[in-house]
Amino acid sequence: MLLGPALGVSAILFSIGVLGVLIRRNAIIIFMCVELMLNAVNLSFVALAQQLGTDGQVFVFFVMTVAAAEAAVGFAIIIAIYRHKETLDLQNLNLLRG
Amino acid sequence: MLEAVFWANAGIAIVSALACITRRSPVASALWLIMTLFATAVMFVLLDAHFIAVLQVMVYSGAIMVLFLFVIMLLNLGDQSATDMKGWFGRVVGLALGVFVMVELWVITKVVPVDQIRLPAGELNRMTVDEGAIAPVAQVLYTTYLLPFLLTAILLLAAIAGAVVLAKREV
Repeated sequence: MLLGPALGVSAILFSIGVLGVLIRRNAIIIFMCVELMLNAVNLSFVALAQQLGTDGQVFVFFVMTVAAAEAAVGFAIIIAIYRHKETLDLQNLNLLRG
Repeated sequence: MLEAVFWANAGIAIVSALACITRRSPVASALWLIMTLFATAVMFVLLDAHFIAVLQVMVYSGAIMVLFLFVIMLLNLGDQSATDMKGWFGRVVGLALGVFVMVELWVITKVVPVDQIRLPAGELNRMTVDEGAIAPVAQVLYTTYLLPFLLTAILLLAAIAGAVVLAKREV
């Protein structure tokens, strides 16, 4: 039974994604870390689907759709920001800082 | 045998993910992420989700990662000399929070709801052998989750329109 190991690997991958978001400043790499976290969640969905029915795999399907939509819109925003500020370093994007 | 393949791919996925968040160049990061996604696809196959594994390779490793590399190329970010890592304080705080999240998730994985298990062991594998890889997923997708499935179509349409509007210079 691979349920326990799969959930453990999923936890590790999710934490690596969180760590990446916390330690990097490049917007594109932070975006990749978000995809990594979504992927870790997909892994736990699939692992539980093996025992609780194929509903979990359908959720993975939805997560992938939303991730694709998110990537498309997110990159449009990133390109708009780059055109405006000539940088993707999140430290230089501080308009909302008081 | 299956367990050995699973652990090998788990190791590849974790090492590639660590490489992804530590490489300086965005292109290297993206390629390591593709490696992680492929290893995860292999784990999906071992967990009897063949259709999802194919989708993973096509949608994630194919479409989404090509989009990543395309944007990196478009913005000419390939050869970054200065690192974009935070200072040592940020790294220590990030590491502490990451370990904290991992411990939390590890505790959660230990409380699997055993009493709610509906399928006997090997049932999904038998369904895949009998009905093919897609039918068990499609059966649920087109009946129980029909409305969410149709809503994702609208979501994708909105995403297409939104991406075009946001990325255009003059609307």
